[in-house]
Amino acid sequence: MAESAGEMAHEAVEHTQTQGEYIQHHLQFLTFGKDAEGHWGIAHGEEAVAEMGYWSFHVDMLGWSIGLGLIFILVFRAAAKNATSGVPGGFQNFIEWVFEFVETSVKDTFHGTNALIAPLALTIFCWVLLMNTMDIVPVDLFPWIAQQVSGDPEIAFRVVPTTDPNVTLGMSLSVFFLIIFYSIKIKGVGGFLKELAFQPFGPKMLPFNLLIEVPTLLAKPVSLGLRLYGNLYAGELVFLLIALFGAFQLPAHFIWAAFHLLVIPLQAFIFMMLTIVYLSQACEHH
Amino acid sequence: MNINATMLGQMIAFAFFVWFCMKYVWPPLTAALAERQKRIADGLEAAEKAGKDLEKTQEMVAEQLKEAKTQAASIIDQANKRATQIVEEAKNQGREEGQRMITGAQAEIEQEINRAKEQLRAQVASIAIAGAEKILEATIDEAAHAKITEKLAESL
Repeated sequence: MAESAGEMAHEAVEHTQTQGEYIQHHLQFLTFGKDAEGHWGIAHGEEAVAEMGYWSFHVDMLGWSIGLGLIFILVFRAAAKNATSGVPGGFQNFIEWVFEFVETSVKDTFHGTNALIAPLALTIFCWVLLMNTMDIVPVDLFPWIAQQVSGDPEIAFRVVPTTDPNVTLGMSLSVFFLIIFYSIKIKGVGGFLKELAFQPFGPKMLPFNLLIEVPTLLAKPVSLGLRLYGNLYAGELVFLLIALFGAFQLPAHFIWAAFHLLVIPLQAFIFMMLTIVYLSQACEHH
Repeated sequence: MNINATMLGQMIAFAFFVWFCMKYVWPPLTAALAERQKRIADGLEAAEKAGKDLEKTQEMVAEQLKEAKTQAASIIDQANKRATQIVEEAKNQGREEGQRMITGAQAEIEQEINRAKEQLRAQVASIAIAGAEKILEATIDEAAHAKITEKLAESL
């Protein structure tokens, strides 16, 4: 598959696109929204995307993200249905191993009872892992399929949802809302504001406290989302650059993919762990 | 970086998946694993108990075996004693029987001798008379000489 990607990339470079254009094209999303004339449809080109403004959707990203999410819940639902107290089979065992891994991570970090945090952590870990894994798919495979299916050679189509900041920030902002929700639920509005204003230097130094605590709080969702986005975006960009190597791309692809195999689960794990840590901080009194 | 409504869609999808996981995935898996853990714990406990039971039974068996052995030994002992006793008794009985037989036989012999003597006495008297008759060749007054022959017979 990597070879076909190479050939296509090579062709693309020689005949129709410069290298810059090739990469540029691969970084565009399949965007659905209202164009300048007020019609809903797929955007062609970057200007059209810019005109659509906020109310537009990256159809490719949402499709992959929701599709992979469905795979996650269906697989785990099947495992949950089949789960018995007997001896588990191979597939069942694997799913239960993932489940126990997440459960242990949650139990080690979050002390207290909360029905949401563990399933939240499991969803984040598996879903992000699946989305990250799309990075291993040869960069030109799905765009090429999309071109054949749609008949539009210029169609933009990306496959790694976590290389879209909308996706990663969407998740990290959801986590942020949960942080605010649990902070207020556990400590009350007053307790939450007191934590922002009276720590770490005491009530007399209130402005300084706010200056430290508010950015700390706001940095959580931003860093959480952008860390994942940045790692995966960089990974994809390197795959795109390697695809321009021509005949020598195969070993380079292999080496980068092997390295990336570490990044993929690691980033999923980091996202999950930080979510647990943030929520356990939100649920604890200081 | 163009932020648009994709983020909203992702948030909704995220919320749905988390809700689904919380409602339909996590509880059955937790329940099944907890049950399995309990079963394993129960199994281990049962195994331990069975081991203890086995040990106890083995001890009991050893004890019973020991008891049986002592019992067997005492039975053999008793049997041996009884055997020697029986042999002894048989010997005594035999001896007594022999003694009795010997005494019986002696008494009979005595009787026989007496009877023979009696007969002999009777015959000797008549033989003596016949002899005397033959010798004297005379008629002897039997009545007159009866006393003499009787005296002779008695002296025999």
